[in-house]
Amino acid sequence: MIKNFIIFIIVLVIGFIFFSIFLDFNGSEELKGLGKYYAENGAEEVGAANLVTAIVVTYRGLDTLGEVSILFLTASIIGFVLSLSSSNNEDRKVRQASEILKTTSKVLVPIIFVFGAYVFINGHLSPGGGFQGGAIIASGVLLLFLADPKRKINHKLIQWIEAASGISFLLLGIAGILLAGGFLDNSFLSLGKLGHIFSAGAVPIIYIAVGLKVGAELTSIITNYNEIQKEEE
Amino acid sequence: MDIFTIEHIALATGIILLLIGIWGMLTQKNIIKIIVSFTLFDTGIHVVMVAISYIKGKTAPIIGESVTKENAIDKIVDPVPHALVLTAIVIGLGVTALMLVYALNMYKHKKSLDITNFKELKW
Repeated sequence: MIKNFIIFIIVLVIGFIFFSIFLDFNGSEELKGLGKYYAENGAEEVGAANLVTAIVVTYRGLDTLGEVSILFLTASIIGFVLSLSSSNNEDRKVRQASEILKTTSKVLVPIIFVFGAYVFINGHLSPGGGFQGGAIIASGVLLLFLADPKRKINHKLIQWIEAASGISFLLLGIAGILLAGGFLDNSFLSLGKLGHIFSAGAVPIIYIAVGLKVGAELTSIITNYNEIQKEEE
Repeated sequence: MDIFTIEHIALATGIILLLIGIWGMLTQKNIIKIIVSFTLFDTGIHVVMVAISYIKGKTAPIIGESVTKENAIDKIVDPVPHALVLTAIVIGLGVTALMLVYALNMYKHKKSLDITNFKELKW
């Protein structure tokens, strides 16, 4: 009883803080500060039609590198924790998927992979990007596992894709130091014409690397979860 | 004061989601439900950030037919919070995946997902 009362007070206090923010909030009329600078110069300096991509990959590219490493760390910790308690892959009992799911997955999985690749290749032109495309590819792998839980995934291949794309992200950043203004500067390749697929210098290449890396990391998380799944008797 | 504009509705939705998340984290006993509450809390904060970055009558920060390089400054919303939320979503995914793994291991240990059965670190 006293515990519920304390919880009620806590929620009330936090709600009051946010409610006063809500009352004072009027919505802004114009861009200010950093956002104004990016809106004025982003298209000129980076050449990406999607200004959010320009910020994520170029202006704040170092943060994206850190973000990708956090995701890598998560995938490794999950692999480590689950491999300590994993059982033999052969003798586990799993429920059979229905015929509809098996057939549909054969048709849909290639389309999902192509759509994921489309999303991260067009990340500098339209909504989307490496993280979103990688998540779509991993959802295709999830569909494969739902259709056939005992399917084998080549761990070596996933690790190689992940390592190669991570290293190419870093090398592209270092190429920015050597050939252009600084780390992750994209202008060492031609900026091209705004709104075309071959534009924005190194941004599409970096986003392809990020997309493959995120796809591989999420796939390894899903694979690790799948391999310990077991029907209880 | 007009509180039925689109940015006020979005902000109110985010705040309500966030409060539901806090309430769920504090009251629920099932570990999976606590994790679900955490993701609700996470999503609420994202909605609040995007709502605050909205600028009246402006559109998404993508240069296309109606938004050109020259008039972008008068046409788009603030792109910086959008980039921040993109980062935050990915970090939230990593944290959720880790929490689920720990929940799995806790279940293996005690064959129970009820948080009241785990008393080792309780003070």
